[in-house]
Amino acid sequence: MGDPGTKQDLLSLEDLEAAGALRTGRKHVLSILVENKPGVLTRIAGLFARRGFNIETLTVGPTDDDQISRVTLTVDGALHPIDQVTKQLHKLINVLKIRDLEPEGTVARELALFKVAAEGPARAEVMQVCDIFRGKVVDVTRRSLIVEVTGTTDKVEAFERMVRPFGLIEMMRTGEIAISRGRTET
Amino acid sequence: MRAVDAVIECLKAEGVEVVFGLPGGANLPQYDAFYDAGIRHVLVRHEAGGGHAAAGYAKATGKVGVCFATSGPGATNVVTPIADAMMDSVPTVFITGQVRTDLLGTDGFQEVDVVGVTMPIVKHSFMIQHPLEIPRAIHEAFHLARTGRPGPVIVDIPTDLARADIPYEPVTDVHLPGYQPTHDGNTKQIRQAAKALASARRPVLYVGGGAINAGASDEVRELARLDNFPVTCTLMGLGAFPAPDPQWLGMLGMHGTRTANYAMDEADLIVAIGARFDDRITGKLSEFAPRAKFVHIDIDPAEISKNIPAHIPIVGDAKNIVAKLVKEYRALEGVDHARLEAWWERIRGWQEKHPLRYEDSEGTEIKPQYLVEALYEATGGDAIVTTDIGQHQMWCAQYFHFDRPRRWLQSGGLGTMGFGLPAAMGAKVGMPDETVICLAGDGSVQMNMQELATCAQDGIDIKIFISNNGYLGMVRQWQELFWEKRYSQVDMGQFPDFVKLADAYGATGFRFENKTTLVEDIKQAIATPGPVMVDVRVTREENVYPMIAPGAAARDMVG
Ligand SMILES: Cc1cc2nc3c(=O)[nH]c(=O)nc-3n(C[C@H](O)[C@H](O)[C@H](O)COP(=O)(O)OP(=O)(O)OC[C@H]3O[C@@H](n4cnc5c(N)ncnc54)[C@H](O)[C@@H]3O)c2cc1C
Ligand SMILES: Cc1ncc(C[n+]2csc(CCOP(=O)(O)OP(=O)(O)O)c2C)c(N)n1
Ligand SMILES: [Mg+2]
Repeated sequence: MGDPGTKQDLLSLEDLEAAGALRTGRKHVLSILVENKPGVLTRIAGLFARRGFNIETLTVGPTDDDQISRVTLTVDGALHPIDQVTKQLHKLINVLKIRDLEPEGTVARELALFKVAAEGPARAEVMQVCDIFRGKVVDVTRRSLIVEVTGTTDKVEAFERMVRPFGLIEMMRTGEIAISRGRTET
Repeated sequence: MRAVDAVIECLKAEGVEVVFGLPGGANLPQYDAFYDAGIRHVLVRHEAGGGHAAAGYAKATGKVGVCFATSGPGATNVVTPIADAMMDSVPTVFITGQVRTDLLGTDGFQEVDVVGVTMPIVKHSFMIQHPLEIPRAIHEAFHLARTGRPGPVIVDIPTDLARADIPYEPVTDVHLPGYQPTHDGNTKQIRQAAKALASARRPVLYVGGGAINAGASDEVRELARLDNFPVTCTLMGLGAFPAPDPQWLGMLGMHGTRTANYAMDEADLIVAIGARFDDRITGKLSEFAPRAKFVHIDIDPAEISKNIPAHIPIVGDAKNIVAKLVKEYRALEGVDHARLEAWWERIRGWQEKHPLRYEDSEGTEIKPQYLVEALYEATGGDAIVTTDIGQHQMWCAQYFHFDRPRRWLQSGGLGTMGFGLPAAMGAKVGMPDETVICLAGDGSVQMNMQELATCAQDGIDIKIFISNNGYLGMVRQWQELFWEKRYSQVDMGQFPDFVKLADAYGATGFRFENKTTLVEDIKQAIATPGPVMVDVRVTREENVYPMIAPGAAARDMVG
């Protein structure tokens, strides 16, 4: 029998919402080495969901060993310390290694593609912004441009703010991948 | 050879003596292999019964319990036993049939993504994609189920792959790079723990199911004897320390003894041995054992500091670690062996003032607590006991004393009604020479009643005593205490007639209503050959006390 409350207790919806909205910890970038086996990603994602973590970005890619993939995940802080989740992640049989990357010790990058409405004089302005951000124009039509930008999440978001006023048709982002600085392996 | 025959070879190599299961379309190949496999198969009447029987077998013997089920409904029927085995860390392997690979993902007949459904409640699962993977997967499944923190593992085999012709080579090396449980325990930490124990003035050993899994009861006893340390066990740990005993405080937690809970409350050092600080123990977390430092011994690093921050965490196998702890403690010099006298005085005070007690009836009426005492007396405590979930379960934990491990088989973490009967069946199959008793609830027993047919057919000689109060008693108690006695949907009347039912199933039925002859009647029921089911009419409205009310602190126990 779980916590039954009593006849008297009334749970107010406001209280429940306030409890659910609490966000404590910092943002985390986790780099996880996994065996290339079916269902691994589902198992990982399930653990985060159960503990109330919201996965913000998720990338999966091959490593130099074709039996092993790397998952890079960013999550926002949640009700629980991340510690419990990383310990639970370690318990997944197909998870080999987990690093909770400290922002200072890490190089993180993501790739974004922006489709911008750029006609007439706006076109030159967009290209100027693109230059400043070391973006690359990868597709041009009469009425639009596609710009490729690589960088930290902050940079990508700054670029988005700059071009949005011109008419952002759509945008796609890969989510961060991250590698630790220095010689040691991530 | 056919992949399914290789499966049988693997089972034999793993030392499997018995499989509980039920066939269907998608595991027809497996069942064809069973036809002349030379492994005992117990044909259950519901796959849930099979799953719980496998768990009962595992809990009683310490070996891996095995259950087979077909795809779809067969597989979903084992979801509850899988969750149960996960919660209680029971070494079990479930081998399910799956639809043909060309039907996968098409909503084929009896297709359920069982690996997906069970993902959060398994230790691990294997979805077979190639027949050559099968032997290795089976061996890895057994390895995972029984080592480290044990748990349920599923192997899901599509029916076409099961029929494939494969070369079979025995697999002797299981290599799982992502799985390396720690066994030894950090020596420095163990030394620290010994020192902490030596300077503690109000220590308590808090022993859980992990001590039983580790086979550490001798070591636990040795540790306790070093300096007359008081010992309490969780529901899952009962039997890890021999009860009754002068150092024994009784079970702790929601329906534990006042002494055990007060001792935790006032302790300055708590040594947790394979126990996981469940909310049934801690009550209100912020007020749990406020004066204590914690030594936490557990094989699963994720348990350490999960609910209660550990001051001295020791990850590893309890048997190993406690043995070393004993050694380290013995090596210490200048330990004041008289330091616990004041503590014991305090404990004895609680024991005298608050023994477990109930008001017995005057006449022939059977109090449910008395039923447990009568069972204890009739068996001399020499029995394997399973229960269902509810009041009868708590009274059994309180009034039956377990002096050895693996004789008290429980569904603790999930609290699965209907666990008792099939678990007793599994235990009896594993330990045929022992008396196996199921103390059932009249509500719970109906959830896996069908296995009485299995017992009758296979001559599985279990003795079921139904603590029949005509209520979903535990729920009724909560409605009485916390919901202003508004009894809602808890009265089950006197249905069915369990004596007739026993007869219909081919078992022997009795009804006991008289307290004065109860002990003798029980002896007679136990002496009756074959499966027996006894309807014991007990006081209808009786409450389990003492109790830590939900969300309250241990020192505020009521009743
Ligand atoms: C109606 C009801 C009422 C209940 N009331 C109570 C109550 O009053 N008191 C009570 O105690 N319980 C009660 N329970 C049971 C409770 O829900 C939990 O199941 C129980 O408290 C957990 O016991 P445990 O801490 O021993 O952990 P278990 O679930 O037995 O876990 C074992 C722990 O040991 C670890 N372990 C496993 N193997 C090893 C090894 N080899 N070495 C070291 N560590 C190992 C595991 O990692 C795990 O952390 C009740 C249940 C029900 C259904
Ligand atoms: C499958 C399942 N459903 C519901 C519950 C909730 N529950 C816990 S105890 C209980 C009452 C059990 O009644 P009974 O078996 O007669 O035992 P009693 O408490 O009367 O001794 C119920 C319904 C449960 N634990 N398991
Ligand atoms: Mg009842």
